Amino acid sequence: MFTQQLINGITVGGIYALIALGYTMVYGILKIVNFAHGDVFMIGSFLGLVFVQGLGMPIYVAFPLAAVATAIVGIFIERVAYRPIRMHGADALAVLIAALGVSIFLENFAQLVWGTETHSYVQQIQKKTYNFGGITLSNIQIGVIILCIALMLILYLVVNKTKIGVAMRATSQSIVSAQLMGINTEKIISLTFGVGSALACVAGVLVGTYYDAVYPLVGYSYGLKAFAAAILGGIGSIPGAMLGGFLIGIVETLGAGYISAGYKDAFAFGILILVLIFRPSGLLGKKHVDKV
Amino acid sequence: MERLSKYKNIAAVIGCILLLIAPFIITNSYYLHIMVLIGVYIILSLSLNLITGYTGQLCLGHAAFYGIGAYVGALLMLNLNVNFFIALIASAVVSGLFGLVLGIPTLRLRGDYLAIVTLGFGEIVRLVFVNWADVTRGPMGLPGIPTPSIFGFQISGRTAFYYLIFILVALTLVFMNRLTNSGFGMAMQTVKADEIAAESIGIYPVKYKLIAFVISSAMAGMAGCFYASYVSYISPTTFVYNTSVTILAMVVLGGLGSLAGSVIGAVVLTLIPEVLRFISDYRMLIFGALMVIMMIFKPEGFWGVSKRVKNIYKIKAGGGRRERDSKSK
Repeated sequence: MFTQQLINGITVGGIYALIALGYTMVYGILKIVNFAHGDVFMIGSFLGLVFVQGLGMPIYVAFPLAAVATAIVGIFIERVAYRPIRMHGADALAVLIAALGVSIFLENFAQLVWGTETHSYVQQIQKKTYNFGGITLSNIQIGVIILCIALMLILYLVVNKTKIGVAMRATSQSIVSAQLMGINTEKIISLTFGVGSALACVAGVLVGTYYDAVYPLVGYSYGLKAFAAAILGGIGSIPGAMLGGFLIGIVETLGAGYISAGYKDAFAFGILILVLIFRPSGLLGKKHVDKV
Repeated sequence: MERLSKYKNIAAVIGCILLLIAPFIITNSYYLHIMVLIGVYIILSLSLNLITGYTGQLCLGHAAFYGIGAYVGALLMLNLNVNFFIALIASAVVSGLFGLVLGIPTLRLRGDYLAIVTLGFGEIVRLVFVNWADVTRGPMGLPGIPTPSIFGFQISGRTAFYYLIFILVALTLVFMNRLTNSGFGMAMQTVKADEIAAESIGIYPVKYKLIAFVISSAMAGMAGCFYASYVSYISPTTFVYNTSVTILAMVVLGGLGSLAGSVIGAVVLTLIPEVLRFISDYRMLIFGALMVIMMIFKPEGFWGVSKRVKNIYKIKAGGGRRERDSKSK
């Protein structure tokens, strides 16, 4: 029972971690919380559905196509909504309100286009379940876990081993200094939004396949919990977001299994508040010291 | 200047008289309902402005305090037959206590921690409303909440409620005006501008942040109690994250740190969805887009600080603002 819950928790946690990466990467560079990210995740999930169901593509083709399309959506949002505000030199709160506006816009856009009802996801992959000494694992679950871990590894390598990664890290330390070093920071910001949105899209398609459901308000609870995961791990830290995602997934599944299913979402936020009281910068976050 | 303030006073008196006779002019009961709701939102946005606009602490769970107030008031009135006005005070006290408990560990920290903790708190409170079915009846909500009565006179009907909320809003405005212009209010604004500088002149930031937060949550609780009695039915769906976001949007769109701004924000954001009702399918879509456009072209809000400050010291304020922005990057 415990191992079973643990594995279920890891599966959900991997999905949270993928969304949390988008929050943490954008925060790392711009120091803003992109509250529309949960809805980008929802748009990604729907785009996946459109490519598979509407255009009849096999899921292996639809997956990367939907990711690219969602990345374009993410970059577009940054260009249209956030960049003009940054250019005016307004503070982070203005961007936050704009993000909430984008979030309202996207939710209602999805309701107009796809209706308010829950869509069932097209099952192209035959669901098979395996039994390992009392633990049941479906092939979808295995796929979700492997894909999440693989994507996180790739992201980790890109950020730490490539030239673009160096530029991203430089931009997150200081935009002005990065510009002086000849880095096109606007390009890096676009790239960050693109990568974050693509990861959110993957998470969206995975949620659709795993739970067989997608609806316009799906982004709300996933977005909120992924945000909690990003904070828990230390916002701005990429390994932190991964750790936070898995932790939130495991805690909420175990809490729902052993204590109370009704309070499932409360466990995630309860542990978040506890961690913040004792370790304000998150588990892997850098401690921030104010200097006069 | 003097002449200007004279005109301002005349305008305020005329506005008050218009608002007082409004129920006799507006006979459409639905319009009156919207006006009462605007009153509730004015109290909510004023209270949020105290912590977010004046003290600089972002709060993303204001609906939780609103909800706690509504549930505490409703349960007291339903189960113990408590008078509305006592329930109003009780819900303010309980909401304020929750604010205190939440604020003590959180407001010691510098940065946007209050935002995150209140976000989580808002979700937890909503789940408690949904799951604690023995007391809150869960998703079914609490129906049949009694209307207030003063000295045997029963307040019922929209006109009576309109006058009640009118008095409550007026009291809140006077209170907020006195508070923000007092030494205490100045200290709060100093904390917002720079915590370290505040500390260096003997203002202990935690104290002011905490008191502002407790007052803010207590006021939201009062608004909740009034709302419960007014609509006579409450359910968890009213006190969700979206409500917190709407209140925050009112404060920011109206103008942070401005009482008039909060009032304007509450009026405009309650009216826009109603005005756009003729394009019902697209109204929230347009609403979202308007929020973005507003932030691009007028990030300080309708009645923001820069607008008022610029009138007095034009150049100084502009320079100061730019300096602060470059620091925050």
